Parts: sequence; C-alpha cells; structure tokens
Amino acid sequence: MSVQALRAGALATAVTAPSSALAGWGVNLPEGVTSISNTIYDIHMWVFWICVAIGVGVFLAILWSVLAYRHSKGAKPAHFHENTTVELIWTVIPFLILIMMAIPATGTLVDMYDTSDAEMEIKVTGYQWRWQYEYMDEDISFFSSADTPRDAERNLIKKTEDYKYSVDNPLVLPVDTKIRFLITSNDVIHSWWVPEFGWKQDAIPGFINKNWAKIEEPGTYYGLCAELCGQGHSDMPIEVKAVPKDDYREWVAEQTGEDG
Amino acid sequence: MSSNQSYYVPESSIWPIVGAVGMLLTFFGLSTVLVNQSNGDPTTTAWVVFTVGALVLVYMITGWLRDVIRESRAGLYDAQMDRSFRQGMSWFIFSEVAFFAALFGSLFYIRFFAVPWLGGEGAKGTANMLWEGFQAQWPLLNNPDNSQFAGPDAVIGPWGLPLLNTLILVTSSITLTLSHKALKYDKRKPTIYWLAATVALGAIFLFFQIEEYIEAYSHLHLTLDSGIYGSIFFLMTGFHGLHVLLGGIILFVVLMRLIKGHFSAHDHFGYEAGAWYWHFVDVVWIMLFVFVYVI
Amino acid sequence: MSAVADAHAADHHDHGPAKGIGRWLFTTNHKDIGTMYLVFSFAMFLAGGAMAMIIRAELFQPGLQMVEPAFFNQMTTMHGLVMIFGAVMPAFVGLANWMIPLMVGAPDMALPRMNNWSFWLLVTGSLILMSTLFMDGGAPNFGWTAYAPLSTTYGPDSTTFFIFSVHILGISSIMGAINVIATIINMRAPGMTLMKMPMFVWTWLITAFLLIAVLPVLAGAVTMLLMDIHFGTAFFDAAGGGDPVLYQHIFWFFGHPEVYILILPAFGIISQIIPTFSRKPLFGYTSMVYATAAIAILSFLVWSHHMFTVGLPLPGELFFMYATMIIAVPTGVKIFNWITTMFRGSISFETPMLFAIGFVVLFTVGGLSGVMLAIAPADFQYHDTYFVVAHFHYVLIPGAIYGIFASVYYWLPKWSGRMYSEALGKAHFWLSFIGLNIAFFPMHFLGLAGMPRRYADYPIQFANFNQVSTIGAFLFGASQLLLVFIVYKAVKSGPKADAKPWDGAEGLEWTVPSPAPYHTFEQPPRVD
Repeated sequence: MSVQALRAGALATAVTAPSSALAGWGVNLPEGVTSISNTIYDIHMWVFWICVAIGVGVFLAILWSVLAYRHSKGAKPAHFHENTTVELIWTVIPFLILIMMAIPATGTLVDMYDTSDAEMEIKVTGYQWRWQYEYMDEDISFFSSADTPRDAERNLIKKTEDYKYSVDNPLVLPVDTKIRFLITSNDVIHSWWVPEFGWKQDAIPGFINKNWAKIEEPGTYYGLCAELCGQGHSDMPIEVKAVPKDDYREWVAEQTGEDG
Repeated sequence: MSSNQSYYVPESSIWPIVGAVGMLLTFFGLSTVLVNQSNGDPTTTAWVVFTVGALVLVYMITGWLRDVIRESRAGLYDAQMDRSFRQGMSWFIFSEVAFFAALFGSLFYIRFFAVPWLGGEGAKGTANMLWEGFQAQWPLLNNPDNSQFAGPDAVIGPWGLPLLNTLILVTSSITLTLSHKALKYDKRKPTIYWLAATVALGAIFLFFQIEEYIEAYSHLHLTLDSGIYGSIFFLMTGFHGLHVLLGGIILFVVLMRLIKGHFSAHDHFGYEAGAWYWHFVDVVWIMLFVFVYVI
Repeated sequence: MSAVADAHAADHHDHGPAKGIGRWLFTTNHKDIGTMYLVFSFAMFLAGGAMAMIIRAELFQPGLQMVEPAFFNQMTTMHGLVMIFGAVMPAFVGLANWMIPLMVGAPDMALPRMNNWSFWLLVTGSLILMSTLFMDGGAPNFGWTAYAPLSTTYGPDSTTFFIFSVHILGISSIMGAINVIATIINMRAPGMTLMKMPMFVWTWLITAFLLIAVLPVLAGAVTMLLMDIHFGTAFFDAAGGGDPVLYQHIFWFFGHPEVYILILPAFGIISQIIPTFSRKPLFGYTSMVYATAAIAILSFLVWSHHMFTVGLPLPGELFFMYATMIIAVPTGVKIFNWITTMFRGSISFETPMLFAIGFVVLFTVGGLSGVMLAIAPADFQYHDTYFVVAHFHYVLIPGAIYGIFASVYYWLPKWSGRMYSEALGKAHFWLSFIGLNIAFFPMHFLGLAGMPRRYADYPIQFANFNQVSTIGAFLFGASQLLLVFIVYKAVKSGPKADAKPWDGAEGLEWTVPSPAPYHTFEQPPRVD
C-alpha cells in the first residue's frame, strides 16, 4: 500500500514538530526554515519595532497633553492653530521612514518571485476539502486529507497536539533543494500556506500560481488553508515532512517501485 | 443668493414609501423567479409578485413626477432649487459613468491579462498547462474548455449595423442640440420637431440593436453562454441598450411636456437633464464601438 | 467661526411634525429622517453584534460546540454585511442628515423627498438581506467579499437575494450621497465658504464623492456574479476565458474606498470634538482638508493590497505596496494634528472626548498594523489570518464605531434637548475600551502564530488567546446595551440641555435651541 510505505518512509526521519509552532501562547511569526521565511521574519520585526517606536511616541504625546493641560487643573488654552514648518516635518519624516521599510521589502519580493532554476516541481491542487500533490518529475501523485477524528471535533475524545493539523498522506520533500510549487485549484479558491516556509499562495481554479521554497532543516511542518473555501475550510490542513535528500530518494524509489 | 424666498421643502410625501414597497416586491419577486427557475420549481407566484411590484414602481414614478411638475408649475421652486436638481442629475450621471467604467475595466482586464495568461503568454502563462491546446486570441472564438463553453462561430463585425448605429446615435445628439438651441431662442416648433427626431433615432437604434442580437443568437452562436467574449459583449451592449431605452423614455416624457407647453427659454431643467443623459449615453456608445467592436 | 443667531426670527409658517405613524412614513424632514437612520442603524448594530457573539462563543474552545461550520460561515458573512451596510454606513448618513443642514445653515437637505426614499430603501435592502437567514440552504456563506466561484457555482440559493439586496442598498447609499453633496455645495449659508466649513461637513463631502464613485462599481461586480449564476456567462470562470481574480479586482476597487467611506466621517467628528473639549481651535485645518482629500484619492490606487497573495505579477505587487505605504503619510498628519490640537489646550473629559481620545489611541494601533500589512512580502504571512481581523477591527471599532458613539454623546443634547448621565457615559466608554482591547488585541498574536480567519474550529495551540478574546468580546457586546439605557434615560428624564451645552463648542448647530426645532434656518444665517 502506498499510504503505508509513505508513512514508513517519512516517519523514519521525521522530527517532532518544533515546540514554537505548538506553543499555547505563541505571539509571533515563526522564523521558519527557508531563507525567504527568515528574511520575511527580519522585515516583520524591523517594521514592527519601527511601529512600536512610533506608537510609543504618539502615546506619550497624547498622555502628556491630556495630563499637563487639564481643564480641571485650570489650564488656559493657547490659541495657535497652524504652523507650516511642523506640518512639513511630520509629512517628510514619515515618508523617509517608509522608504526605510520599502527598500528591504522590495528586495525580498523580487527574490520571492524568482522561481527559476528550481531543482524539482510540485503541483498542488486544492479540492473541497483536501489537497492533491503531484511530483512533476516523478510518477507520484496522491491526495492528502485531514485525519482529525470526528469524535475529537465533537469533544467526545481528547484532542491531541496535532488536532486539526494531521493528514493521512503528508507531502514528503527533500531539504536543501529549490522546490517550485505550482498551485491551482479544482473548484473554489483555496490558499496553500505553510508558515515555516514564509508564504501562502492562493489556489485559483483555472490558473496557476508559482512560489518556491528551499527547506534548510528536516522536520514536520504544518500549515492550513487560508482562503475561505466552504464549510470544510478548516478541514484541509497541510503536513510537510522534510527529509534529507538520501531519504527522499529512497522514499521516491519506494513509491514508484510499488506503483509500477 | 436670494434669501427672501424660502427654499421649498415639501410637507410630506407618500411616494418614497410607495417606492420602497415597490422595490421590495419587484426584487423579492425577481430573485424568487431566478432561483425557482434554476431549481426547476414553479415561478408563477413569483412572477405575480414581481409584476405587482413593477406596477407599484410605475405608479410611484408617475405620481412623484406629477407632484414635482405641479410644484414647478406653481412657481414653488427658486433658483437654488434649480441648482439642487442640477447637482442631483450631474452626480447621478457620474455614478453611471462609474458603473460603465467598471465594465470597461473588466473588458480590458479580460483582453490584456486573463485571456493571454490562459493562452500561455505573460507573467502567469503557466496557466496554459491546464488548458492544453488553448490559444489566446481576441475576439475569443475558441474557449479554454469548449465542451463547457462552446465558442461562437463568429462575432459581429463593426462596419455593418454597429457603424450604422454609431451614425444614428451621433446624429441624434446633433438633432438634440438643434432642438435645445431652438428652445433657448423660444422657437417652439423646431424644438419639438428636432426632439421628436431624436426620440425616433433612439428608437431606430434600439431596433437595429435587437436585430443585431437576433443575428448573433440565431446565426453566429454568439450568446451569453458562449464564453467570455459573448459574456462581456452582451453585458456591455445590453446595459448600454437599457440606458438608451431609459434615456429615450425620459426624452419622450420631455417631448410630451414640451407639447403641453411646459418649458420656457430660461427655465427648462427637466429638458436639460434628459439632454445631458442622452449625450452621456451617446459617449458611452462611441467608447463601446471603439473598444468592443473595432479594436 | 462665529455666526449670528437670527435664524429663528423669521419662523413664519409654523408647522410641527405630523401626528402618528404617518410622520415617519411620509416625512421629508431631515431631522426625522436622521433619527430613523440612527435608530435603524443601532438595531442593525445589535443584530450584527449578536452574530459576532455567536462567532465568538463557537471559538471559545477548539472543537465544534455551538454551531456547525456551515452556519458559522453564514454568521461571519452576515456579521460583515450587516455591520458595514446596515450599521456603520447608515449611522453616518443619519448623522449627516441631522447635522449637515444645521452645520451649514440650510433649512433641510437639498432633495428632501429623495432623502426619505434613501432611508426606506435601506430598510427594503436590509429586509431582503436578513430574510436570507431563513431560506433553504441558509444565508450567504462566502464571506462579505463574496469571492467567485464560491459565491457563484458553489453558492447557496440565497445568493441571488443577497445580490439584489446589495443593489438596493447601493441605490439607497448613492441617493443619500447625492443629497449630501447637493446640500453641501448648494445650501450653505451666505458667507460660509468651502474653507470655513466644519470638518465633519468636509469629510462627508469627500465621503459622498467616494460613495458615488465606487458603489456603482460594486453594483457591476455583483451583477456579473448574478449573470454567472443564472445566465451562463463566464466572467469568473477560466473554462470560458474569464478569471475569478477579475471579481476580486472589481470588488476591491469598490472595497478599499469603502473602507475610507466607513472612516472619513468619523475623522470629521473627531475633528469637531477634540477642539471643543480642548477649548482650542483645530490645529492645521487646511492640512486636515488636504489630508482627507489625499486619502480619498489614494484609496483608488491601492485596491490590490487586499490581493497580495492571489499571484499578481511583480510590478503590480510593487506598485500596490508603495501606494499603500504612502497612505500612512496623510493619515499620520491627521493623528499629529489632533494631538497638537490637544497640546496646550484646556482639556476636560466628558464622554464624547473620552471616545475621541480612545479613537486617536486605538486608531493609531490599527494604523500601525496597517503599515505592517502594507509590506507585501510580510503580508504573505499576515494575509487572511487573525492579524488582519485584529487590524480592521482596530480601525473600524475605534474608528467608525467610537466616532459614532462620540457624536451621539456630543449631539444628543441638541437632538433631544436633554443631557445624558455623564457617569453612565463614562462607564460605557471604559467598558467598551477594556472589552475591545481584550477582544481584539490577542487576535494579533493568534494571526502571527498562524491562525487563519473564518475558521469554525482550530488547532489547540490557539485555544488560550481565543478564550481571552471571547471574554473580551462578550464584555464589549454587553456594554453596548448600556448605551440603549443611557439614551433612553436621557431622552425620558435627563436634565434639560442648554442651546450650547459644551462651553468650548463652535458652529452654527449650537446657535439654535436644544432640542433643535422641527424646522431650522428657514432663513439662512449669515456667517462672518
């Protein structure tokens, strides 16, 4: 059975999910396991701290104004109501700050769009409500569906750590390989998202979107469908098993060998 | 600003609430008709509701207009009120411009992005691997999936009826301007004759447009469901046709009022509103002719 | 700006409101219509709020407890539609109806009969929309954005009703907007030049322009949905040469200006209230006007930032990223101007001012998360997660809703002639403020940690913050019932209000008595 083999091959090298991904009080993006996801994380933190600095400045200004100029403390209002210089300053400075954000963002975006020189290609097709994976360079193709027990959803049995994440057939990928994803859909719009890879990409029926990942660490990476696709929207998770290249070749051999 | 005479505010009016009830019946009926039709359920009751609603709307419009005309004839409206009406009509036409802009935007997107991408060209040409053998062309005769959407045999060429219709509409704008000029010089008869000619030209335009649709459906297999070209062609020309119909009705009402002697050389907002609308419809047609038929 | 209160000297034909239900059905009076808009929008606010409570109750724990995912999706869809088209937009139209004629010194709206029709079409459209909840197959369940083909090939029967209700609500709003523009351009009192208009009037002028420009675009988008459903067209179907993404482009060309339609009038309200309670003129009036106009113009150029992950070609992605980031500049100008207005003022903290300060603080939070979302590469992570949900609730609740609350407290004395209870008003503010932050701040964390939006059930790692969020949401929701009580109590038995109950207030609306007589400014006042 292909499913059994797939599991055996993948589980042999599977690393348990990174604890950060399953923390109950997670507050931030994962740094991820691709160069793109690392860069996105850095931009995110860069922009975030700029925003925090601006926010703190604004809040302090508000706090100062409302505390220092209270009517109840007998404050007498001034009468000024315009000043071109300060207005110019607070138009130009934000503009310069935005440029500081835009420069790294532009470079990253260009990198994300560069899907050339991929070493392998995976076609991902969204269905209501499961994913199909086709290995374009091999003769491998299978569906991947959620295997969350219905009883767990109905609160009849205890929910496990991978509740709503685990699937029957995970996508098995090699590490250190530039993989191009061709993403499409067979019915409505879905969105294929693995946070550890740094991106989500919409699956549009009749069209193909491209993106890429070069996974740097072996492990199990979870993701979810990110575009409302009907009542099973939360029932089409993604499970990726990233394995060393040798194990991947072994796994491919097993798959194609058994299939014919 | 004349501030001695107060701005006229009608005491109360039944027409808005009648209009709201009419809209409720019309659109609830229409929705039910459409849904029942696609489910294969009977539609008779829904048609009745729809028809009653439409009649209520007609009743509302005629009653409302009668009130406005009566108030206008009674001299209740001052120059400021006239400007309010002008503002109202101008912004209404602006909203129509926005509506057609959305349709033109869709046309350009389909032509210059979606269809080429599906045919394998441009930034998202990879899509072509889902539609083997599909080639981008415009007008689109072979659809990506011809079993689902059978493409048309041919499309309407620009240099027959469409050209004739263009000439007719442009002429109608000229006759309308002549009529307006005559009205400004208080020449009653030429005003009426030129306006009647305008309405007649509008009717001829609609007649040819229907002729063209019949040709498209019966001979060219160019239909609403023959793929994107048919979809956008009928959507745009169809909505334009509806606007010609509406503009024609407005001008016809104006013509009737002219015959009753309602407008004067310096006070004829109703006439001008209709004229603005007609010119707008004319400009839209010229854009349609260029972008839908010719290019 | 000061005005001479000679408006009432010439109240020659003395006519009050008609008696009975006919007063409300047939009225042409801007104050009656404004009241109807406000009451109706508040009823819709409670209905939409009830839906939000259902959503939050289901999300209290992972697993399916209260409702099925199919119904959950109907709730998210209807919550969005009801709040946008039923609550916020009509509330602003109600405020415009009540206040714009009073603020520009006009006897009524420019086209009073059409004004009444706008209101009753709002009721008509809302009735059709709400009726979908009781239909076979349920209400629309594809999100308020109604992306094809989920809304076409895969949509429920009620989609058709939804489409026509959007048409009717659109017609209602366009007519309302035309009325506002005509009133502002044509009905101002002599001497009130454009650059002397109160900021609320300015922001509404620009909002009305946006409404007329983009609601027809929405009408076009949903008409194409209708054609795809019933007439076999292929607009959003690649098999016939169309493109599902085309729908998103048209929708968001409407949708982004729509977001500013929901916020600009609130900007105007805040620009009225902060000077009043700071007892100091608005800082940078001229730049406020220009900033508002700049935001409106930019809003036509940024729509695809809602679509960074649909696979836009790279040049498009870059253009929309830069254009979106630029919006932060005029928005920042407004925030800085409000703060500078307070700076060196003489500030008191009546309820309207509390909501206004809350607005500035929390809108800044939402604005800054907006800057983060504008960064396209990072948006590949943020998009369609709870981070986005947190962002737009932080701009829409402190923005639109707080703006509306602030104006209700600010102008209630003028409308009813009575004061509300300041203690209760303050309680309402603090409960709302705390509830909102408990409900929505954790959503930032949920989104960043990986929770997509519109999920009825979710992995257990998100359980903790969802629980916190639900508690906050119920606190926020419950505290809105307090507003009903406050307004009821004030109107019934509040102390009598002066013509100008706020000592720092400026403007024509304070020159007429409280409550404002049924007819005001039948002879226009002169503005110096």
